[in-house]
Amino acid sequence: MNSNDTLIPYVGVVTDIRIDTPDVKTFRVEAPEGGKVFEHMPGQCAMLSIPGVGEAMFSITSSPTNKEFMEFSIKKCGCLTSWLHAMEVGQMITIRGPYGNAFPVETELKGKDLLFIAGGIGLAPLRSVINYVRDNRANYGDVQIVYGSRSKDDLVDYKEIIDEWMNDSGIEVNLTIDNPQEGWDGHVGFVPNYVKELDPSINKTVLICGPPIMIKFTLAGLKELGFKETQVYTTMELRMKCGVGKCGRCNIGNKYVCKDGPVFRFDQLDELPDEY
Amino acid sequence: MLRISLDKIDSLFAAISEKQALYIPTDRADGAAEYKRYEAGMKLSDKLNTVRSAKDFFFPQTENLVEFKMEGKKIEVNDIRQECEDFVIFGVRACDARSFTILDKVYLVEPVDSFYKNRRDHGTVVTMACTRPAETCFCQTFGIDPTAPEGDCAVWSDGSYYYFKANSDKGQAFVDSIASLLEEGDTAELDKTIAKTKEIMGRLPLSKLSTENFGGDKLNEYFNSDKWGELSESCLGCGTCTFVCPTCQCYDIKDFNTGDGIKRFRCWDSCMYSDFTKMAHGNPRLTQLERFRQRFMHKLVYFPANNNGEFGCVGCGRCLSKCPISMNIVKVMKALEEK
Amino acid sequence: MQEAMINRAKQLLADGTVSRVIGWKRGEFAYDITPAVFESAEELESDFVFDDFTAANVSKYLVKESAKEGKVLVFLKPCDTYSLNQLTKEHRVNRDNVYVIGIPGGPKLDIEKIKAKGITGILSVKNENYTLKIETLYGEETMPFSEAILDKCASCKSKKHVTYDELIGEDGDILESNRFDMVEQLENMTAEERYNFWREQLSKCIRCNACRNVCPACTCEKCVFDNPSSGVENKAASDSFEENMFHIIRAFHVAGRCTDCGECSRVCPQNIPLHLLNRKFIKDINELYGEYQAGEDTTSKAPLNRYTFYDCEASIVHERGVE
Repeated sequence: MNSNDTLIPYVGVVTDIRIDTPDVKTFRVEAPEGGKVFEHMPGQCAMLSIPGVGEAMFSITSSPTNKEFMEFSIKKCGCLTSWLHAMEVGQMITIRGPYGNAFPVETELKGKDLLFIAGGIGLAPLRSVINYVRDNRANYGDVQIVYGSRSKDDLVDYKEIIDEWMNDSGIEVNLTIDNPQEGWDGHVGFVPNYVKELDPSINKTVLICGPPIMIKFTLAGLKELGFKETQVYTTMELRMKCGVGKCGRCNIGNKYVCKDGPVFRFDQLDELPDEY
Repeated sequence: MLRISLDKIDSLFAAISEKQALYIPTDRADGAAEYKRYEAGMKLSDKLNTVRSAKDFFFPQTENLVEFKMEGKKIEVNDIRQECEDFVIFGVRACDARSFTILDKVYLVEPVDSFYKNRRDHGTVVTMACTRPAETCFCQTFGIDPTAPEGDCAVWSDGSYYYFKANSDKGQAFVDSIASLLEEGDTAELDKTIAKTKEIMGRLPLSKLSTENFGGDKLNEYFNSDKWGELSESCLGCGTCTFVCPTCQCYDIKDFNTGDGIKRFRCWDSCMYSDFTKMAHGNPRLTQLERFRQRFMHKLVYFPANNNGEFGCVGCGRCLSKCPISMNIVKVMKALEEK
Repeated sequence: MQEAMINRAKQLLADGTVSRVIGWKRGEFAYDITPAVFESAEELESDFVFDDFTAANVSKYLVKESAKEGKVLVFLKPCDTYSLNQLTKEHRVNRDNVYVIGIPGGPKLDIEKIKAKGITGILSVKNENYTLKIETLYGEETMPFSEAILDKCASCKSKKHVTYDELIGEDGDILESNRFDMVEQLENMTAEERYNFWREQLSKCIRCNACRNVCPACTCEKCVFDNPSSGVENKAASDSFEENMFHIIRAFHVAGRCTDCGECSRVCPQNIPLHLLNRKFIKDINELYGEYQAGEDTTSKAPLNRYTFYDCEASIVHERGVE
């Protein structure tokens, strides 16, 4: 029994914790001996666990071009995430993966103008792609990012967006918040409407992630603008246990979201029963 | 064909169990059959099948995966896997034997499930041809021949002798290991028994049940069928069908605090349960209709879509006899087919 | 009887008294009936069945059905009426939305008992003067009706309907039942014998939850065993202690509310006599707090919900557990 089994996790050490928003923290995870626990591609996920509390799937928010560590932006919304939020630097967790497919950064997305649309914590999986694209800038065309949240305080990775993304040439960042707020002179309004106002070029390939209701209305808006479903990618979330398409939990139609997803193009989603 | 007289079954079992663990179906006090580890004096059940299927041997209801020692901020991961002992399951029916190849398609594809594979590698499946199929049997629907069961070694009985035929290397090793007890004999009587069984198979009430209207391409046709409401109306949402089913393979992973560390185990789970898909922020299957539909769509549409048309059912009939409200895959198939 | 029931249901549907009918639907074989809701005369005529196998207690479906618009007609056997009363008392069923037709009770047949005789390939089962004539793929078999009746019917407590809007057939009486005999046998065992008895039984449990989900006393929106925050949620027992506790805790939860309808044991795929745990509680309550039958009425206070001067001291209960 010396073969590895994916259900037996590695240990990771939390080496940094960043408070992003009132309910989102970003955790930096390294192997105990330093460095990354494993390699991944943008959009892939990992199973994080505090033994005795639970295990759940999280999208890896750092880019694979980062060779030192992995990062996870996690919103506090249940039992495990509350425990994760209570962690201190130096705490060990268990980690296994990488799981799932990835955004097709080396194939379909290559050479394309990209439009990223994110809402709230939905930025987490897209951040991995955005930074991958920034680090391989020559391989991609124009980049436009539309990101919205409830309020300024709920914008995840605000510092990185302001200090780095906005200073990159060839990247247009459009931020929006749901309601007016003191100290905010940027755009106010929901993401779907903002996208329509911005009227992006329909040659762009779109990557979208956020609350289901945002995705629904944004997609409708994109279609009105002339985008086709084959141009739009998203990433899905369902309850998962094994991560490798065996435990049956994330099965929709003949797909297992953990293995065949989490990244789907909208025309692929159309073939699945409406259960997500 | 190699055979042994029925009255020498005890010495056969003694010989097998001397070399490795032997499990046989045997009758409990309440009359139901279950697999038990053979001990001298134990009688082979003459029931058609066990209440719990033989999947338990390879995919047990609970199984420890890994242990953790927690100390301050530190976690130690302990791989507790061990080679399992060699064992023989004797008397597996053709339906359950086929269920193993279905489970293999889940657990032995990459990444291989080492827990399942370990048991599979060490287990020898000795099947027993059926002679008295029940009214609830419909293995024929899935192309299974109960008079010629799969498995490492097949065994037939004509009422006087057990006949043996190896189907695999493991099966041949098994036959070799008991060769001293076997003798060559003609199969005239056995052929008659098989012919009689086949004749009964043709008269089974479900013998005409067909899969021709099911398969991987029927997703939209059946997912949105208006029959699901009526079919699932009185479903209790229990896990009986799932747990007696030889092909149901979904599991949950749970942690258990032993007081001396954390034991992570997996256990059977059921898509019929309300929390199967429940997440911290919602549940995509809120009603029993959706959960009920998932179980049957998986067996009749999704599984064949992913496995070259093979269905996730072997027609063993356990759900037909055990569902508390007698709702089952046969009724579902028949209802969906009515346009 | 079946004909009379169908006709009356059709009348009540036609005159608008009710909009739906809960009964039993014919299956593939002679015995595999399914509880169902009928909405039309055509459905009733083609599928409605009432025979020796219609044992399922359909009262729990009223939790869901009585919350819907329009009155629902339900056919209840005497034992089932106790369940309805208890559900009404607990405000789980809206009795005003239910039209009850009391129908004669069992004894009903247990197909498992017939199969346990080695009878298989069953094509039809006929009751001829209390001898079952069973047509099978392997020829005709016979067995005495009395040997094939359900355990719950063999120790029937009452032929009286405790609630109904009308009756088909005649009402019966509360019976002198032998239902506590087995409990007494268990009480007379030594602690070790009793422990071994229950270990053998409960170790068969596969945690399918059929007993809980069929139980008319188990109507919690969210069962403690399904709630991850409860700390006791589990899908499989991690050891024999947990294996025991699920059923024992469940018996505690329904103590004083269990009407002894026997559905838990009827549906158990592993033939665990779960009703004996509940009966032990019923017997104890009778002995310690005075005779009480849950579901007999919808107004009385249950012994475990009220304190009286005559209640036994807690120490008495405690001492009973000491050998």
